[in-house]
Amino acid sequence: MKIQGKAFKVGRDIDTDIIIPAQYLTTFDEKELAKHCMEPLDPEFYDKVKDGGIVVAEENFGCGSSREHAPIALKGAGVGAVVAKSFARIFFRNAVNMGLPIFESSEAVDAISAGHDISIDSETGVIEDLTTGESFEVASFPDFLTEIIEAGGLIAYTRERVKSENGQNRK
Amino acid sequence: MSMTITEKIIAAHAGREKVEPGELVNVKIDLALSNDITAPGAIQEFAKIGVDEVFDRDKVVIVPDHFTPNRDIKSAEQAKLVREFAHAQRLTNYFEIGQMGIEHALLPELGLVLPGDLVIGADSHTCTYGGLGAFSTGMGSTDLAAAMATGETWLRVPSSIKIIIDGQLQPWVTGKDIILFIIGQIGVDGALYQAMEFKGTTIDSLSMDSRFSICNMAIEAGGKNGIIAADETTRTYVSERSTRAYTPFVSDEGAEYERVLKYNAEDIGLQVAFPPLPSNAKEINSVGDVVIDQVVIGSCTNGRIEDLRIAAKILADKKVASGIRLIIIPATQAIYKQAMNEGLFNIFIDAGGAVSTPTCGPCLGGHMGVLASGERALATTNRNFVGRMGHKDSEVYLAGPAVAAATALAGKIAKP
Ligand code: SF4
Repeated sequence: MKIQGKAFKVGRDIDTDIIIPAQYLTTFDEKELAKHCMEPLDPEFYDKVKDGGIVVAEENFGCGSSREHAPIALKGAGVGAVVAKSFARIFFRNAVNMGLPIFESSEAVDAISAGHDISIDSETGVIEDLTTGESFEVASFPDFLTEIIEAGGLIAYTRERVKSENGQNRK
Repeated sequence: MSMTITEKIIAAHAGREKVEPGELVNVKIDLALSNDITAPGAIQEFAKIGVDEVFDRDKVVIVPDHFTPNRDIKSAEQAKLVREFAHAQRLTNYFEIGQMGIEHALLPELGLVLPGDLVIGADSHTCTYGGLGAFSTGMGSTDLAAAMATGETWLRVPSSIKIIIDGQLQPWVTGKDIILFIIGQIGVDGALYQAMEFKGTTIDSLSMDSRFSICNMAIEAGGKNGIIAADETTRTYVSERSTRAYTPFVSDEGAEYERVLKYNAEDIGLQVAFPPLPSNAKEINSVGDVVIDQVVIGSCTNGRIEDLRIAAKILADKKVASGIRLIIIPATQAIYKQAMNEGLFNIFIDAGGAVSTPTCGPCLGGHMGVLASGERALATTNRNFVGRMGHKDSEVYLAGPAVAAATALAGKIAKP
């Protein structure tokens, strides 16, 4: 999969209350959540990324609560991927489960400037800064996660598993 | 073949002799927890999996505690959806208003989590049960949906940090000060993906309530779990609440740690974490003049009986400063009743405080004390992020119950 968009740079420790403030947690609707995505940081975030954006963050992106609303809001807002130096662990899980592509690369984060056009090839793990022509390789996911992602997320993966187990039981 | 307590619990639930940090393993879970904000997502995803029933109706726990008693129509609709699911699935452990308390105070209190258990929850503070010597960690609603269907989940085995605290604590200092101090030292990502294992003579001397406060905030250092091996204090606590057999684990002598941190209890004073991160911890003597509008004593970190007793000791026969709103929220019905029977409510009310039914309430800006722009709260909760308790231009300062009570009396951040 190719992901393209303009880099939206943020700092370190961007927490889930910034990504989607708790007062909006009464819905799972991605379009509703999207409108308030990153609101405390930049009330115009939604307008800036709605035609495709790549969030480029320093360390510990997504720290704080376990709310899946966070990756859902980012996806809904038009964010194609998040590239960070590191992710908070629950956010990492939720992003995989929700199908929001995430990439860890300190090198890319340091090199990419705000507003640059970015292209990411999720299969080869190559991040390209189209504005400067630089490219960066990221480590691919462990096999276990790839299986989940390839199945189309955790629910689809579990559905397949449950189905095949039921089939076996009947034999 | 030496392992840490965390590795041993994961290995036991993965059906393995040994696991190593970084490995991805599939584990059987003892309990899957969710609440009124995370259960709706889990229920929706659960419906897509294609099973009719949860894997075990005794092991799926739902506690509607965040926006309940419902603060508005939307939250009432969500609570209704959750209630209907709980009834349709005949869940043994669904707790309605009247039995409900803040989930992380309620589950240990009811003996639902025991040493050596592996628990996951769709709530980041699920790590609280490490106080019992269990492995417990927070996940998302989708993880929970899959676990409710299969009774299993996948985990990346964390590496461990050993934190040793020895010596005698200063007066009024509790588990909350210890954990704020540690997060102040290592930062909000100081234990990213890792297990935080607490040891030492100070930890040995702590009550269960203080141990829960410490493990509760492991997530605030980025940790996957916090853990304190079960000892006599744990065994006594558990034996009063459950008859279920359990297997406690302890770390081996030669177990490997990513790092080992050592502190003296004498060096840990009363702490206050300044906004907007729990790592901005300062010793009480260096906070300066910070005027406060509201004091909140409650939450899954410090809404337990020990906290209420400490607050009552300081508030007895005194009045809160004029202009201060003091809100006290016992974390569960049992704690509420005990505080009432011990006469603590008289003290709180005579001092000019308001006592609430158990709920997360203002901790995440839900209800029961949301802040307006420019307002400042000092709270015994666990997060002081921008806008956590209300308006994005409000501020939250974190502290333990003693500083909270003293602050209510002084009208500015103060020590007892
Ligand atoms: S009290 Fe606060 S931190 Fe604890 S579960 Fe409730 S909202 Fe979360």
